Amino acid sequence: MSSLAARRRHPAALVIVLLFGLIVTGGLYAALAPKNADAATSSSSDIAAGKQLFLSNCATCHGVNATGGNEAPDLVGVGAAAVDFQVGTGRMPLAAPGIQAEADTNGPQFDNKQISQLAAYVASLGPGPGIPASDLTSGGGDIAKGGELFRVNCAMCHNFAGSGGALTRGKFAPSLMDVSGKHMYEAMETGPQSMPVFNNTNMSPTDKKDIISFLQNTKDEPNQGGANLGNLGPVPEGLFVWTIGIGLLIGAAVWLGRKAA
Amino acid sequence: MTTLNEDTSGRSADALRADDTTEAPTGNGGAIGGVANWVDERTGAAKGVRFLMKKVFPDHWSFMLGEIAMYSLIIVLITGTFLTFWFVPSMSESVYNGPYVPLRGITMSDAFKSTVDISLDVRGGLLIRQIHHWSALIFIVAIMLHMFRVFFTGAFRKPREINWIIGLVLSMLVLVEGFIGYSLPDDVLSGTGVRAAQGFMLSIPIVGSYIAYFLFGGGFPGTAIIPRFFTIHVLLLPAIIVGLFTAHIILVMVHKHTQYPGPGKTDKNVVGFPLMPVYTAKAGGFFFVVFGVTALIAGLVTIDPIWMYGPYEPTMITAGSQPDWFMGFADGALRLLPGFLEFTLLGHTWSFNVMLGAILLIPILWTLMGVYPFVESWVTGDKREHHVLDRPRNVPTRTGLGMAAIAFYAVLFGAAGNDIIAIKLHLSIDDITNTLRIMLVAAPVIVFWVTKRVCLSLQRKDRDLVLHGKETGRIVRTAEGRFFEAHEPLDEYERWRLVSFEAHRPIAAPAETDENGVRSKTASADRTRARLSQFFFNDRIEPVTPLELAAAHHDGQADEALAPLEAAALEDAHPGEFGGHLHGGAEEIEEHNAYAHQQGSDDDA
Repeated sequence: MSSLAARRRHPAALVIVLLFGLIVTGGLYAALAPKNADAATSSSSDIAAGKQLFLSNCATCHGVNATGGNEAPDLVGVGAAAVDFQVGTGRMPLAAPGIQAEADTNGPQFDNKQISQLAAYVASLGPGPGIPASDLTSGGGDIAKGGELFRVNCAMCHNFAGSGGALTRGKFAPSLMDVSGKHMYEAMETGPQSMPVFNNTNMSPTDKKDIISFLQNTKDEPNQGGANLGNLGPVPEGLFVWTIGIGLLIGAAVWLGRKAA
Repeated sequence: MTTLNEDTSGRSADALRADDTTEAPTGNGGAIGGVANWVDERTGAAKGVRFLMKKVFPDHWSFMLGEIAMYSLIIVLITGTFLTFWFVPSMSESVYNGPYVPLRGITMSDAFKSTVDISLDVRGGLLIRQIHHWSALIFIVAIMLHMFRVFFTGAFRKPREINWIIGLVLSMLVLVEGFIGYSLPDDVLSGTGVRAAQGFMLSIPIVGSYIAYFLFGGGFPGTAIIPRFFTIHVLLLPAIIVGLFTAHIILVMVHKHTQYPGPGKTDKNVVGFPLMPVYTAKAGGFFFVVFGVTALIAGLVTIDPIWMYGPYEPTMITAGSQPDWFMGFADGALRLLPGFLEFTLLGHTWSFNVMLGAILLIPILWTLMGVYPFVESWVTGDKREHHVLDRPRNVPTRTGLGMAAIAFYAVLFGAAGNDIIAIKLHLSIDDITNTLRIMLVAAPVIVFWVTKRVCLSLQRKDRDLVLHGKETGRIVRTAEGRFFEAHEPLDEYERWRLVSFEAHRPIAAPAETDENGVRSKTASADRTRARLSQFFFNDRIEPVTPLELAAAHHDGQADEALAPLEAAALEDAHPGEFGGHLHGGAEEIEEHNAYAHQQGSDDDA
């Protein structure tokens, strides 16, 4: 009988085994658990500058401590990703109250430096998703898998080709064709407005990368069948056949009908 | 112009045939004649061919709408045959390893995989697939427009009621055929459609689930539905459609084609050109125009990009899921029907919110269209044959009813695109849906009233034109200083078109009881008929009678002195064009108008 087996009835054995199990599980979790992609460290001067920007541009609705108000949500813990998405696409500061904040067609109101300062300030309020590393947002993933994930998780609102779709009461899922990879990633992580959150637990960073690669490919791939009519499904096809399609044929019929025999 | 007469004795058209050679042609007709003779001696085909070649058809562009449908049917049959060479109607699954990277490594059904192969791998496959699909859409558009033409011109009247019904059955079958074709590729969009169709079946009370299990061979999706749909799509329905279409065309031959009203056109003749050589050239050429336009569209514009939709799995759906346009009205009905129509009673769920739109709508609409010719002939009591068409304005109530039906359909059709309207116009989908719910009831009523009024006004304009001629805009001043506008009378050919219709008058219900006080058995039917007759014909404009015309001319020439002046004015307007005798049509500007400023100033002073 070995020495280990001889001590297996020792009163401490249970405690030791339990401890061992916890250490292994915890250690494995720490080694394997999905991590926030935030690698950027921000200096305290960025945070201070971000706070000034926040107080002069955002605090009216979100409160001086960014804890939210009647009209605006609490920003503690939303992370740098949420700020980079909302401000970087021009959704914030909100141009006008409406059913949903829309991306500003004129672009964001702040430059990249100011956005990163704002993000640094909001990130300093509490831990949250950070700005994704560029290797996750610039394509190069598995397009086919990304397509499958997109059809299962995203197409019901954003349409099969990311052309966008309607939600209730005037809300809508916007077109994804002109959205940058970084902003798509941040939207998945933070779930802005009506969008659900696809955090790293229910969709791994690689999956997100695949989806972004699929959408970038959809935008870039040639239109195999000719003009795509906006990739909106059968409605524009019906409109086309009722206007140009039958119009051409009726034109030909009128011409033939006038043609004397 | 050739006239096909049923009664050839003493017709003026006979003069046109005076030069026709009547003796038998000499010679054997060369090589073609030899072959034709060989065939005729063995089949007796010459008789039938001669009958067909001499068949006369009137010319009008609206008669070609049915032709567009016929040619599209041929195009669909040709391209569909091509597609069956590669399409694999199977739901067995395998992994795609073809050239299209965004699908590589994905598990998919063979139906979907073979459609992707046709689209992206088979040479010319995508073009043929797109011709097939575009042509199917054009086919049904043309059927619908052809139906509108037939309805609004009254071409469904005796003796064509049966053909109207055959046409309706055809139009319903092509909807089903089109829907099944859309379902075959097993992509995300069509899978959603099949799922919806299964839901429609389930909404039928009591037997719904049995029907769905029977058709799908079990639960959704199973593995049976695509092969079954394929058989229905390429075998069963095309056979029925081609058969009914043949009957449709044969009846056109039997009835002879209808014609628009005009000089020399009666219910006893057909004025137009013979099939050979005029229509063989025209119609044959038009086939290639239709094929060419369809191919052009198919070459330039994507339809149903299934490789982008991706293979269907029951977990997937895309925003903007719609059927092809022809099923849009039923989809729209589903979107408009309020949710409270689904309720639980006696331990069962009754989904009338689905069933009314998806199962009952089409049979109800088609039944209404099918009975209309019989209702109209019952109301008018008109049992005569009609081969001369109505101008839509001359039957205001029918035209109004038709337009109301189109408005009803259009609202449902628009509702099917409510989500696309919402994102493109930045509107709330809820507001659009509620607005369309109101419009579904209001629009047909408004459209009926407006259309009827427009028809009556157009008829009044026609009457005015017949009685007073065209306004020339030339003001004539008489020697005494009076002014009038010269009116140019219509020539009698043009006038005939405007006066040669009948206006039915409303009938009164016969007495309900006879002289003995016994109530008539048909009393309530008679009352309904009288009421409908009032509805149809109470507002009507009668055609100008010869008497009225003569009276109008007489008025116009009341002042004989004006006639030469008017003639001179008209001759100025049309130098060298106006040879004949001029009469009538001068409408004076009344004195109190013409001289108002002078007389008025005297009075005021």
